[in-house]
Amino acid sequence: MPFRRAVLATPVCLAVLITSLGAASADPVRVGVSISTTGPAASLGIPQRNSVALLPKQIGGQDIEYIVLDDAADASKAVANARKLIDQDKIDVLIGSSTTPSSLAMIDVAAEKHVPMISLAASASIIAPMDASRRWVFKTPQNDSLMAEALADTMQKAGVKTVGFIGFSDAYGDGWLAEFTKAAAPRGISLAATEKYARPDTTVTGQVLKLIAAKPDAMLIAGAGTPAALPQRTLRERGYTGVIYQTHGVANADFLRVGGKDVEGTILPSGPILVAAQLPDSNPIKKVALDYIAKYDAANGPGTVNNFGAHAYDAMLLVQAAIPAALAHGKPGTAAFREGLRDGLEGLKEVVLDHGIATMSPTDHNGFDARARVMVTVKNGGWLLLP
Amino acid sequence: MDQSIFLILLQDGVVNGAIYALLALCLVMVFAVTRVILIPQGELVSFAALTYATLDTGHVPASLYLLGGLGGAAFLRAAWAKRGTALLWLAVETLVLPAGIAGVTVWLAPQKPGVAVEVLLALAITAPLAPYLYRLAFQPLANASVLVLLVASVGAHLALGGLGLLIFGPEGSRGPGFSTAMLSLGDQVVPGQSLWILGLTLTAMAGLYLFFEFTLLGTALRAVAVNRLGARLVGIRTEQAGLIAFTLAGILGALSGVLVAPLTTIYYDSGFLIGLKGFVAAIVGGLASYPLAVLAALVVGLVESFSAFWASAFKEVIVFTVIIPVLLWRSWRHQDLEDEE
Repeated sequence: MPFRRAVLATPVCLAVLITSLGAASADPVRVGVSISTTGPAASLGIPQRNSVALLPKQIGGQDIEYIVLDDAADASKAVANARKLIDQDKIDVLIGSSTTPSSLAMIDVAAEKHVPMISLAASASIIAPMDASRRWVFKTPQNDSLMAEALADTMQKAGVKTVGFIGFSDAYGDGWLAEFTKAAAPRGISLAATEKYARPDTTVTGQVLKLIAAKPDAMLIAGAGTPAALPQRTLRERGYTGVIYQTHGVANADFLRVGGKDVEGTILPSGPILVAAQLPDSNPIKKVALDYIAKYDAANGPGTVNNFGAHAYDAMLLVQAAIPAALAHGKPGTAAFREGLRDGLEGLKEVVLDHGIATMSPTDHNGFDARARVMVTVKNGGWLLLP
Repeated sequence: MDQSIFLILLQDGVVNGAIYALLALCLVMVFAVTRVILIPQGELVSFAALTYATLDTGHVPASLYLLGGLGGAAFLRAAWAKRGTALLWLAVETLVLPAGIAGVTVWLAPQKPGVAVEVLLALAITAPLAPYLYRLAFQPLANASVLVLLVASVGAHLALGGLGLLIFGPEGSRGPGFSTAMLSLGDQVVPGQSLWILGLTLTAMAGLYLFFEFTLLGTALRAVAVNRLGARLVGIRTEQAGLIAFTLAGILGALSGVLVAPLTTIYYDSGFLIGLKGFVAAIVGGLASYPLAVLAALVVGLVESFSAFWASAFKEVIVFTVIIPVLLWRSWRHQDLEDEE
């Protein structure tokens, strides 16, 4: 029955036709995102996912498609996600992950497949020392060394000679201990005591007693997010009245909520977005950051914005700036486009982001300078920009 | 280390040990009666703490959805198995009770009723989760091997952990203390919260002792623990015993959560590690001995507190290493233990 066969064949033909039409009308740029929306780093991954939802679906007439996967802060899952995104979804650029271990694990996949990758994790080890693999890797959060130097400068100005250090017993705490020791020594600051604690600990009394017994001029707590409030509370409970410094890992509203009165007067370095409204109008970061904050708060409720989500937004601002150069090399979905995108990212100059102004170079794939950090203090339950 | 530091560490260790002891007791009890190693215990601790903290901010905690959802699921599961008999009583337990608790919470929460009422509400919202979990996940497997029950327990832990993230979000909260008083004993300052923790823990233990020694229900539970088949033969319903054991575990788990909430910031997944330390204590007690488990819990608390002072980087390593010699000793003493199954 030829007629019936024709009837059956028609939808198939149509489907093929439609698909080919769609393909002809310009391939979208596919952005693969692997972040930790569950697991121990969910407080980083969830605002990052919310920020991806705010990203433009079209840049300069070029369609953009986002594919977001969760790696639960598990390095092996991050690698599996990276492979899936590259092999199945044919992505042009890989964004992620939220944590340093997962990001480090993804580097080899990105380099092997020649896909540019932008990490949202802080450690400098993701982009340094530069080698054939890291050629493909960029990152948006500030290096810890930049923050540690700002912190050490502030301490030096305040006349601090000895510091008691308590940090996470993981990559974050260890990284900070190394960077801070490096930054402190030339400024005549020494560590009087070094203690560790774990994120889920319910008490740090033992560590705090030892810190106080060492009688340092100031304390530095190297923890991320709300768990960093516990040592500070215990220090105050045990009668410590000196200045307490924190790292940029605590720069979010939940830290203030959990810390309450105990964190008043804390001094910490942060990306400028934290105090965007207090920046002088002449600072170009102010406009970009306020724009992001307005968008995020409109979508997720007032006061919900935080620094971590902005790193994801910044990653896409970088891609956005590099796409025109990449399109000159080839069409999205091709190796030439990805190569062009990588070169474009590396050639970016003075791109204004939420967290600073980036100027990339073949040896620096973070690109931030001193404009990417400000010193802030906690006053009356809010953040105050220090001059 | 001088005397005052020693005393502070001692105090810290005992207070944490008391909470581990409560959890160790639950684990021993639930294992003895139902042969389930109650890993989701940790989630109950987190949920109770976070519910309590949410109530204190004057908001209605989202854990009510979990209560209603789990109650409804337990009803469907049990009704499917039962078909007809005693459905009314089942509906009261799994449908009317959560609705009542939700009603009272929605009415009271915005009025900020004070710490005492908030504690009771948090207990009422969290404790029934344990018996619902039993009806849903463990009762249908009551005769399965310990290994199957353990896998079901891990599954329940993972599922509740995911729901916890969904309900409470990734950030933690801290609840208000029961008492802000600071008592001076010599040159030592004891926070009122520590006394509350010790007092309530001792009360709970005394209550458990009286329940198991002097009530018919408690004796029945002990009988099931000693010999399931024998208990059935003399007319004890082992399913009922399991339900009661889970209810007690729910109450004690929730109580631990509320007690620990003012000490530190609790996250949706914090309870697991706290429960794990209770588990270490329960293992030292061979999952069978209550006094040994309590003693071991105190040791865990003290080891933790003192190792935090001396070698903070290796604190968890030291705490969990405590279990190794005990396991070695046990496997050497009881080589035929596995054959009992």
